[in-house]
Amino acid sequence: MTVKGEGANEMHMLEVKDLHVEVDGRKILNGLELSVGRGSVHAIMGPNGSGKSTLAHVLAGKPGYEVTQGEVLLDGDDVLGLAPDERAAKGLFLAFQYPLEIPGVATMTFLRTAINAQRKKREQPELSTPEFLKQVRAVAGKLDIDQEMLRRGVNVGFSGGEKKRNEILQMALLEPRLCVLDETDSGLDIDALKVVAQGVNGLRSPDRSFVVITHYQRLLNYIVPDVVHVLSRGRIVKTGGKELALELEGSGYAQYQEEAA
Amino acid sequence: MNIELRANRTAAETALAANFAAARGRLPGPLPVEQLREAAFRTFESAGLPHRRVEEWKYTDLRALMREARPLARVPDEETKLHARKAGEMLAGLEARRVVFVDGSFVPELSDLASLEPGLRIGSMAAALARADTSVVTHLGRAMPLTDAALALNTAFMGDGAVVDIEPRVALARPLHLVFINAGSQPSAVFLRSLVRVGKGARAMLVESHEGTSEHQVNTALELEVAAEAHVDHVKISGPGAGALHVSTLLATVGPHVRFNEFLFTLGSRVLRNQLFVHFAGEGTIAAIRGASLLKARQHVDTTLVAEHAACGCTSRELFKSVLDGESHGVFQGKIIVRPHAQKTDAKMATHALLLSDTAEADNKPELEIFADDVQCGHGATAGSLDEDLLFYLRARGIPEKEAEALLIQAFVGEAVEGIEHAGLRDCLMEHVVAWLAARKQDAQ
Repeated sequence: MTVKGEGANEMHMLEVKDLHVEVDGRKILNGLELSVGRGSVHAIMGPNGSGKSTLAHVLAGKPGYEVTQGEVLLDGDDVLGLAPDERAAKGLFLAFQYPLEIPGVATMTFLRTAINAQRKKREQPELSTPEFLKQVRAVAGKLDIDQEMLRRGVNVGFSGGEKKRNEILQMALLEPRLCVLDETDSGLDIDALKVVAQGVNGLRSPDRSFVVITHYQRLLNYIVPDVVHVLSRGRIVKTGGKELALELEGSGYAQYQEEAA
Repeated sequence: MNIELRANRTAAETALAANFAAARGRLPGPLPVEQLREAAFRTFESAGLPHRRVEEWKYTDLRALMREARPLARVPDEETKLHARKAGEMLAGLEARRVVFVDGSFVPELSDLASLEPGLRIGSMAAALARADTSVVTHLGRAMPLTDAALALNTAFMGDGAVVDIEPRVALARPLHLVFINAGSQPSAVFLRSLVRVGKGARAMLVESHEGTSEHQVNTALELEVAAEAHVDHVKISGPGAGALHVSTLLATVGPHVRFNEFLFTLGSRVLRNQLFVHFAGEGTIAAIRGASLLKARQHVDTTLVAEHAACGCTSRELFKSVLDGESHGVFQGKIIVRPHAQKTDAKMATHALLLSDTAEADNKPELEIFADDVQCGHGATAGSLDEDLLFYLRARGIPEKEAEALLIQAFVGEAVEGIEHAGLRDCLMEHVVAWLAARKQDAQ
């Protein structure tokens, strides 16, 4: 599904070219290629240790990963040299597999600081208090997040499902152009999964692309991808339509692990 | 071989002796006070300035840190008072009753002494000493033997301070703010001694702040006596203006069924030591003893606490947080003593240091001395840097590095500050934290 050639950059929200990444001298990503078109939803599936979370972290700019080769273009601009907050301001959002608890920082303060920091970077005026509250209430309502939760420290005392819903709340308020969902289904029961998936589906738009990273096909019943990739040993080894996910559910990853080796 | 070899007198010790000899005739107080001073100075002299081999002063080696002894501060002239007229302004929002001391002297004309509530008396320590007020003089030093060098020096040289009495069942409508300002142009030595007695069932909030521009050496002591069923908050705020060398002693004796909240808020000073001795003298008292300090550059702040449970069924919670940047040095020594008959004591002490640089140093020394068998006591101490994963989480949401750090530091300090019951004061202190962080961000740019 990678599209090469002149003008292709303009077509793609995200373009990852020949990406090699090491952690503590160990190679994790090994020449990964990925192009995600504007408005499309790509799923990345793969066994444990294939490099799924590393890809998510490297895209968002987490320290501790050494990119030894390759490029990551967001809307045509190389982001590998940018700090995590600069990437966020350019419209990249990572929904964490394990959202962290931040005692002492109220969710509302956190949301407001994040929104205004991004707006400042984009040279937009700060959001007024009433406007901010209005937006938060509207989105929180849809995600079934009550006001009391927003007054608490970020994710403090939240259940697994509440933490993931809080990630989607942040995603909705920050209005990113590229959303990377790292194993958003982990630790969720089916009801929580549906709420989260609905939240994500509500944000799908022609201007917003998604990279959905998951081990299991289950999530993709609710967030239906346009393209499915199989990641194994640090590279994409197969690309197909949504039916590929179903196929994997039946056959497992074993054949791809051999192929990559 | 148990002969303790005394090192030669340091320059500061020699100067202190000379200062005492020169000043003893004009320090306030007739014979009984003179005797008290004399005995205190002899006690000090026999051991000299405490140094690193004196366990209680292990991390704050006064012999090394105090190179010289400044001359005693003069009574402030009109110009100095003029400099001090905005003293305590940082807490203006509290609408507290201000009692102002400039360079160690009580200044009634800058204080707010009009329409005192019935049952509240405010006076000057110098005046009480001068007339050898028995109720004051016999009280001084009763709370603790004079073995501590700083307190001994304080007793020998004590000049002025506040004498506050709150009668039983009186609830003060406004906080009482003791404002200490260093304003004289000549770096001097200031010795403050205050006495606050809170009657049975009374309610008071006492704020003590130390500020200024002078490079003074400040030695301040407060004796706080809290009678049964009273509810007292004491908050001490000190910043860089507290003096080039600032040593503070709190001697608190709390009776039965008291609620006592102590808070130390410290924005770094060159060398500052807060020592607290809290004596639980009656059963069923609940106390919270907390503090937060923010240090940078080469500042040194030492908090030394001794909480002595000498009665049954008291609860104490100690929580101290320090933020250390630059080459600063934060010290916490906390000791909980539970006397044999103080059964059912519930005491928990925690101290946490957040290191913002590789060159900052935190020393935490928690100690428990338990002589009763039916108690719950514990302590915890941590020292660490900001959590990298939390920083990444904030930055991944678009919050720049310094702002993300500031949010986490604020949250860290906030956990201690939120224990202050007075919302206005809480907000005011958090504003100081925010300003400190903004200055830090500016320094980094």
